[in-house]
Amino acid sequence: MSDRNNDFTASLSEAVRRHIEGATGVDGLQRLSGGASQETWAFDATTSKGTPLPLILRRAPGGTRAEKTTAVALETEAVLIELAEKAGVPVPTVRHVLTPEDGVGQGFIMNRLTGETIARKILRDEEYAEARPKLARQCGEILARLHSIDKAKLPALRVAAAGEEIRQYHATLREHGHPHPVFELAFRWLEDNLPAGDTELTLVHGDFRNGNLMIGPDGVRGVLDWELAHIGDPMEDLGWICVNSWRFGNIDKPVGGFGTREDMFAGYEAVSGQSVDPERVKFWEVLGTLKWGIMCTSMVTAFKSGLDPSVERATIGRRSSETEIDLLRLLAPRS
Amino acid sequence: MQDQPTSAELVGAVADFIRTHAMPQLEGHAAFHARVAANALDIVKRELEIAPEANAGEHDRLKALLGADGSLDDLNRELCTRIQAGELTLDTEGLKDHLWATTLAKLAVDQPKYSGYRRALEEENAEK
Repeated sequence: MSDRNNDFTASLSEAVRRHIEGATGVDGLQRLSGGASQETWAFDATTSKGTPLPLILRRAPGGTRAEKTTAVALETEAVLIELAEKAGVPVPTVRHVLTPEDGVGQGFIMNRLTGETIARKILRDEEYAEARPKLARQCGEILARLHSIDKAKLPALRVAAAGEEIRQYHATLREHGHPHPVFELAFRWLEDNLPAGDTELTLVHGDFRNGNLMIGPDGVRGVLDWELAHIGDPMEDLGWICVNSWRFGNIDKPVGGFGTREDMFAGYEAVSGQSVDPERVKFWEVLGTLKWGIMCTSMVTAFKSGLDPSVERATIGRRSSETEIDLLRLLAPRS
Repeated sequence: MQDQPTSAELVGAVADFIRTHAMPQLEGHAAFHARVAANALDIVKRELEIAPEANAGEHDRLKALLGADGSLDDLNRELCTRIQAGELTLDTEGLKDHLWATTLAKLAVDQPKYSGYRRALEEENAEK
């Protein structure tokens, strides 16, 4: 284990020296998170000038990551972050995409931003009190820029408009097997309310929500976690950030628990010059709520199979009912 | 009939032990997982207390709604099939009330602190 760690540190130091200007080595390497197939590490590159450079390594040590078939490869993620930066989306700048010669696996090195990603802190801490009222509008502006990226320049991505997303998640629910009448009601509503197919499909971030945004006292500093990016209906991103699960208790602030739909739509319209159809966003909020419910339910499969026997994994299955009450409040309000 | 204490009381005592005695002696990941474990026992305790009556009510409503008999699992599957086929809709007498009652009972067991559940209860109380 320690030999392998030494090899890893040595290879990373070598890669950093070769590819990042002024870097002399690696210091304070620390694993942040990740599953069996994909890891995130924080470290500083030491420099000849003395000021360390804060960096992040995202890598798949064995090469490909096989956890989720819908996830994009890390190289693709790096290309998307670079394109997003050119389009004016706040992102951590990519410093180097790993090559086989680096011997560190697949992945990339990017700048380490300072700020907060923990949703509850962003919503409660005094430090972000001035940022909070600005965030919804900023999210709208950022999404408009993200959706404006020229499709001809994008790498190959999964294409999933509404119909395809519905089919995919209905198949996942059937595979899981447990009966969920409220989910069936939602599927039925979605099929009956499919948006007209005349919208142009764009790059969709796919997981744009409170928790995947780096926030500072000045507002949004970085859009993170691009692994669910695909080509789809741009309104998917606006609906997803409104899903009640991402409001973290602030139920009356639909955008991420920090702002209003009106502010987000105004920001989106100001940058894109296109008007937002609230009904279309609602469709995606319903589908997003259902998707999260099915994801929670699917966690039970990993628990029961013994793949992940942890109590944590087991209890997530008992959170799918949260999305059932959200779906009823959206589709069958009592008053 | 089993002797006292009830299973709900036993589970409650274990959850209490984890929180007040075990957790303070743990750190980092272990402390986090101990809290998750205590929360899981809370779910079990609430299910033992709430589910028998809630499931009986759900079963009765399903029989009336579907005009059929069967296990709770069978009838829920049948309900799913009919909703999917469009044979039962929100306009069907009793469906909306059934889904609300069933879902509220699930949340009372699973996540009684959830914002969507608490808001639904507030709205219910405001109408009374």
